[in-house]
Amino acid sequence: MLDLRGKSDTADRAFRWIAIGAAGLVLLILGMIALSMGDRARPVIAEMGFDFFSSTRWSPPDTLYGALPFIWGTLYTALIALALAVPVSLGVALFITQVAPRWLKKPLIYMIDLVAVVPSVVFGLWGVLVLSQHFGLGRSFLTAGIILAVMITPIITSLAREVIETTPVAEKEAALALGATRWEMIRASVLPHSKGGLVGAVMLGLGRALGETIAAALVIGSALGQITPNPFAPGNSMPAVIANEWGEADDMHKSALIALAVTLFVITIVVNLIATAIVQRSMRKSRGKAT
Amino acid sequence: MATPATVQTHRAAGTPLDSRIHVERRSAPSLETSEIVFDVENAEVFYGAFRAVRGVSMKIGKHQITAFIGPSGCGKTTMLRAFNRMHDTTPGARVAGKIAYHGVDLYGPEVSATEVRRRIGMVFQKPNPFPKSIYDNIAFGPRVNGVRSKAELDAIVEKSLRAAALWDEVKDRLRNSALGLSGGQQQRLCIARTIAVEPDVVLMDEPCSALDPIATARIEELMRELKTRYTIVIVTHNMQQAARTSDRTAFFTAELDSTTDQRTGVLVEYDSTAKMFSNPSDERTENYITGRFG
Amino acid sequence: MSELRPALDLRRKRTWRSTKSTLMTVLMGAAVAVVLIPLVAVMWSVISRGAGVMLQSFPDFFTAEIPLVSRRPGPGMGPAIVGTLLATGGATLLAVPLGVLGAVYLHEYGAGSKFAGAVRFMTTVMTGVPSIVMGLFVYLMWTMRFGYSAFGGALALACLMLPVVISSTEQMLKLVPNNLREASYALGTTKSRTILTVVLPAALPGIVSGALLAIARAAGETAPLLFAVGAASTYNPHLFTEANTSLSLQIFSNATSSFVAAQDRAWGAALTLVMLTFALTLTARIFTARFALKR
Repeated sequence: MLDLRGKSDTADRAFRWIAIGAAGLVLLILGMIALSMGDRARPVIAEMGFDFFSSTRWSPPDTLYGALPFIWGTLYTALIALALAVPVSLGVALFITQVAPRWLKKPLIYMIDLVAVVPSVVFGLWGVLVLSQHFGLGRSFLTAGIILAVMITPIITSLAREVIETTPVAEKEAALALGATRWEMIRASVLPHSKGGLVGAVMLGLGRALGETIAAALVIGSALGQITPNPFAPGNSMPAVIANEWGEADDMHKSALIALAVTLFVITIVVNLIATAIVQRSMRKSRGKAT
Repeated sequence: MATPATVQTHRAAGTPLDSRIHVERRSAPSLETSEIVFDVENAEVFYGAFRAVRGVSMKIGKHQITAFIGPSGCGKTTMLRAFNRMHDTTPGARVAGKIAYHGVDLYGPEVSATEVRRRIGMVFQKPNPFPKSIYDNIAFGPRVNGVRSKAELDAIVEKSLRAAALWDEVKDRLRNSALGLSGGQQQRLCIARTIAVEPDVVLMDEPCSALDPIATARIEELMRELKTRYTIVIVTHNMQQAARTSDRTAFFTAELDSTTDQRTGVLVEYDSTAKMFSNPSDERTENYITGRFG
Repeated sequence: MSELRPALDLRRKRTWRSTKSTLMTVLMGAAVAVVLIPLVAVMWSVISRGAGVMLQSFPDFFTAEIPLVSRRPGPGMGPAIVGTLLATGGATLLAVPLGVLGAVYLHEYGAGSKFAGAVRFMTTVMTGVPSIVMGLFVYLMWTMRFGYSAFGGALALACLMLPVVISSTEQMLKLVPNNLREASYALGTTKSRTILTVVLPAALPGIVSGALLAIARAAGETAPLLFAVGAASTYNPHLFTEANTSLSLQIFSNATSSFVAAQDRAWGAALTLVMLTFALTLTARIFTARFALKR
């Protein structure tokens, strides 16, 4: 009788399991990050309690670890970066999608993507040797904010561009047909249509700015953290403290730095997840509308 | 064109119902004398909860061309894909009932879909050559099945391309990308690729629907040559094509289930092509063939 | 009567509305200029200050060892170039195959499964993990046990690259037409053979392009290397043993030096690193363009 059993499919099944294993690696690594870092952060939290997040004195010799100034520094520089990057990114995205002639679009997109390729340490080098010295800014919150703004602009721009390009032509023409000027058309059709996606793009930029280490570590000033809204004051941020202090840290100090990393990790993950959810929802919505 | 009043009038067998359709006069081998390749009993195909085809029973004879015709959405392609277990690759798709291939249940517990497809090849509606060279397209199947020797592969490639009437057109550019061929050439390449693994059956899913009339004529000619060595089942929406090429024809249609508002494909009539196109027993077949619906 | 009706005037009128629109358009153009200023300024600094250092002592800059005393002028980024290549190369060998396999699972096997959904979600999460967190993680898991080495850096970079490679590869697998898979199955090919011999080759240019962009990003990373690679000023061609260095680490440590000689070396290293990342990006572009032609 005809035999249709075929050869044993061991290789086929093995390949499937290898692929499952590779995919599972993502879960494994994230799980290990959470476990190992959580474990090492415990001593300092046991010592400081909630004061770790709310007290302002960070003095390793006295085993005092108050991270609030660094949390402030991280959030403040990120906000400065957003304040600078958002209007510019939005302007560039609108220019590329609504104003630029066809031949100019591709080169502009390439140029802006090129900014994203420059390593962050090179921006840091430029910030510390050129921007802070020759422009009289010194090492400060503002200098760090400017460097971060330069680095997150390409990310926000390219996402904003994608979101804006989903505006249906019909909606834009509807506004133009009523005699709207270009700016009125943007206000009436493009911006309301893209609002959700733009918020998401800004949030993703924020996530990137919060986690960026090296450029900030070089230009923020590494001053013993102070909580001040003065942008010209030197300060410190969570990643910068970790990068600068790790080398000569004892056990409890290392635990404190890891606790900082965990705090940073949690903040960035939350911001990123909210951002991704917003972007995906608005993209889905606009695609549904367009078809 | 026949009018409704003439539907019931009797005609001598062999005279086509529709004068535009030319049925080849040939001695159709009867199912009683030829070996049975497929024996289908009450086959059904589901996509999830949706029943796409139900209650199909038929026998398909060896070295014959069997055509599946019917309006779009009648389940003829769905039924065809059940013959080489292509539905296994669609999540949620399921085949019920029994499809025996040379007496072996295709959906039996020990049966390997891969082994089934090596014996039962398929040519698709849209030519789908791999983005590789002409040579590598043909050699793909043999290589997968363990042929390593260069001389042997060369021989298989030439033989398959000759069998698909493509050799003379491509013999000087076997190393060029298959994507550079015309649509008709690509489809013949896909046929050559299918027969390079020496299958027993070739399933064809509307193989000419994307081709111009000249390319279509060449494929039809090719099918008549191939049937001396292979069993062919072809799905076509083109009745002339079924009439020109096939020995037996199966007519499918879709029935609307009034409770679920879903359309399920059913096999209406299955007989020799000459009979189907001249004196069908079912009124729905006659209506379809005479062009009154579908 | 008709003489009294004003003639239809369709000429452009200068109103507040049109002025405002023009103004906003000018502002948009200005935004483009504002974005390009830092790019041009950074590139100007890197090239003008880096090229001098690099060419003054050509080819010693690329081959000589790093001076131990940082105020001494002179060339030497050879060990850093080797270190960058080791860490980035190691990371590529780890992350690209695993990332491609992970994407193969997500797109070819996992359609609709809960596990695939979880992996896809966590891949997004992992993309957002700050690079310094990856560095600390590798320090805890690897460096504390096995000491400083280029491989520790490779591990940290691989963790950063993995989610990027998974999502870019998944996008490329989506572009492979399903009829190619069917053609392969219809010839009696198993699923794994189909993936390896039909699907992946068809998606290859796009996968390579995505991987190159991920490698370019990884080559410029500093924070993940900080805790895992250590510090060295001499050649260390060994992947698994002894402290090493990298271009990015050299830029970081020399940037804050007050000695001009050290700053010069930082600029030279910066130019080298920028040329490396731009070359990788350009190669990726070429792959993308060729893929676009094929489709």
